[in-house]
Amino acid sequence: MDLYEHQARQLFEEHGIVVPRAEVTDSPARARRIARALGGRVVVKAQVKTGGRGKAGGVKMAADPAAAELTARQILGMDIKGHPVGTVMLAQPVDIESEFYVSYVLDRAAGRFLAIASAEGGMEIEEVAATRPEAVARVHIDPVEGVTSAKASEIAEAAGLPPRTVDVLVRLWQVLVREDALLVEVNPLVRTAQGQILALDGKVTLDDNARFRQARWGTQNTTHDDPLEAAAAAKGLNYVKLDGEVGVIGNGAGLVMSTLDVVAGCGARPANFLDIGGGASAQIMADGLSVVLSDPAVKSVLVNVFGGITACDAVADGIVRALETVRPTKPLVVRLDGNNAARGRAVLDGHAHPLVHQATTMDGAAREAARLAHAA
Amino acid sequence: MAIYLTKWSKVLVQGMTGGEGMKHTRLMLAAGTDVVGGVNPRKAGRSVDFDDRAVPVFGSVDDGMRSTGADVSVVFVPPAFVKAAVVEAVDAGIGLVVVITEGVPVHDSVAFTAYARSRGTRIVGPNCPGLITPGQSNAGIIPADIAKPGRVGLVSKSGTLTYQLMYELRDTGFSTCVGIGGDPVVGTTHIDCLAAFQDDPDTELIVLIGEIGGDAEERAAAYIREHVTKPVVGYIAGFTAPEGRTMGHAGAIVSGSSGTARAKREALEAAGVGVGGTPTETARLVLARLETERDVTHS
Repeated sequence: MDLYEHQARQLFEEHGIVVPRAEVTDSPARARRIARALGGRVVVKAQVKTGGRGKAGGVKMAADPAAAELTARQILGMDIKGHPVGTVMLAQPVDIESEFYVSYVLDRAAGRFLAIASAEGGMEIEEVAATRPEAVARVHIDPVEGVTSAKASEIAEAAGLPPRTVDVLVRLWQVLVREDALLVEVNPLVRTAQGQILALDGKVTLDDNARFRQARWGTQNTTHDDPLEAAAAAKGLNYVKLDGEVGVIGNGAGLVMSTLDVVAGCGARPANFLDIGGGASAQIMADGLSVVLSDPAVKSVLVNVFGGITACDAVADGIVRALETVRPTKPLVVRLDGNNAARGRAVLDGHAHPLVHQATTMDGAAREAARLAHAA
Repeated sequence: MAIYLTKWSKVLVQGMTGGEGMKHTRLMLAAGTDVVGGVNPRKAGRSVDFDDRAVPVFGSVDDGMRSTGADVSVVFVPPAFVKAAVVEAVDAGIGLVVVITEGVPVHDSVAFTAYARSRGTRIVGPNCPGLITPGQSNAGIIPADIAKPGRVGLVSKSGTLTYQLMYELRDTGFSTCVGIGGDPVVGTTHIDCLAAFQDDPDTELIVLIGEIGGDAEERAAAYIREHVTKPVVGYIAGFTAPEGRTMGHAGAIVSGSSGTARAKREALEAAGVGVGGTPTETARLVLARLETERDVTHS
């Protein structure tokens, strides 16, 4: 789960990293009052979970409260790379002397976190990393020791950062560990003309698996722009909307991804990813089918289940139950194999629904689903 | 001989007395696994009857190992307790810990995989189906009756794709199948398994199944080029996955140009690995390679 800039900023502040004074609003009129309270001149920043905000015009300086209101109104109406801007943050401007970059990110290959730091922070950091990698320091962090003052000094020295950033590096590591984050990034970390070190902008990605011990975030940040994804999430389904016409339901992330590819290989486009998981019950199958069938773009549905832990007869029961409640008008191709497959196939044969087609192989099932989608 | 798991492996189950633990302990026993005990401090001293076999419950992994000579532990405890369970097993000096549990926080996985490495314990998982040496032993939740013993070694991030490939090659059979798990950080990698299969005299050909996210397949390709002389056949899932969306597994995400299925396939092909377009085609490539190899050996 990615946090908004203002939420990341809140975490930084809680862990003792200095940030500029700022406030968030969704109202231009309120933006004017905030600007006045912050001293008149402010930076207005779109709150969206995507990079390149500045270049897209989502970050602007406003000289006075009236300008702040006008700018907030403009930015609140924007769409940045498909992210509609719902709120803006107004922040006190800072007298920047130099800009740095610091982050801790998971290095999957090493199975550890990696500190990345550069004395050349700001909007062009990706270009710096690509063209002059020597200007970007990378230091692995031992998971047992973490980032001590000595380690932070090593990072700062490797990146050419001033000694006063050492404290920020230690505190940023504490944000990462205590909040169960997979990424914490400050860009830019700035030194002001007065010599103060401030986090001007930040990004934090939290680990969804750690929600059981990070209760304060709850599910507030799991917003689904797509109504089908919202409906699936409400039923606890692992569903991703895609833009094709063959609905896909399967068990296990790898098998479902593979099924999408096989459908595409048959010249059709998958309409969604839906993993009903290991040990799926009849109820989950019925819920999944009702979500997929409610997608108006879907012309046929492919159910591809290899019963390992999942019992195919439970899947077949779920399909039969869904057929009774959802009353589909679109054809279903079902491929059941593995655990209790014969019993599952017999359940469907016994039901003899005119829209249900059975297939014996994954490739054959995908071809049939693609054919039916094209014929519709 | 197989890799990591043989008929001589003595298996403890941490979390045996829970719902999943009970269900899969029964299945492991039915598959011939030598399950020598469960671990649960609150139920120490009791035993659990599985059909005709009574399996004792120990108060700790250390007790279980002293009493039975166990050398493998399979972990079914809930995510919040996985780190403590693994650390306990590592401290007891066990050789292999198989973590089935899904939803383990990444900070915990980073901590216990590093700790296990420093103490010489192999971790498989977390969020994995475990591993099976057909006809000998099954540590985890892979259905034991899909495929017979044979000379193909299989390593995969995905559980159900493992089952699918095992099913496609059920008559060919497998030395060992290892499900390494779909999380961003796992204890045993594709490369670890490639190295083990290369050294295993019972493995003739290796199947490598990957999926989008990270660069484990690219690194595996580089390793194959340098170190693997046995034939390798690959399969990659996720060509149609859009950028920036997690496809079920926490680690299965394409970000920017990295982690794409295309890049992984190209890297494997450049290392001389035949890559199938579908699981079925992958199985056909395996059969064809086995036939060529055997012709070469016999001529």
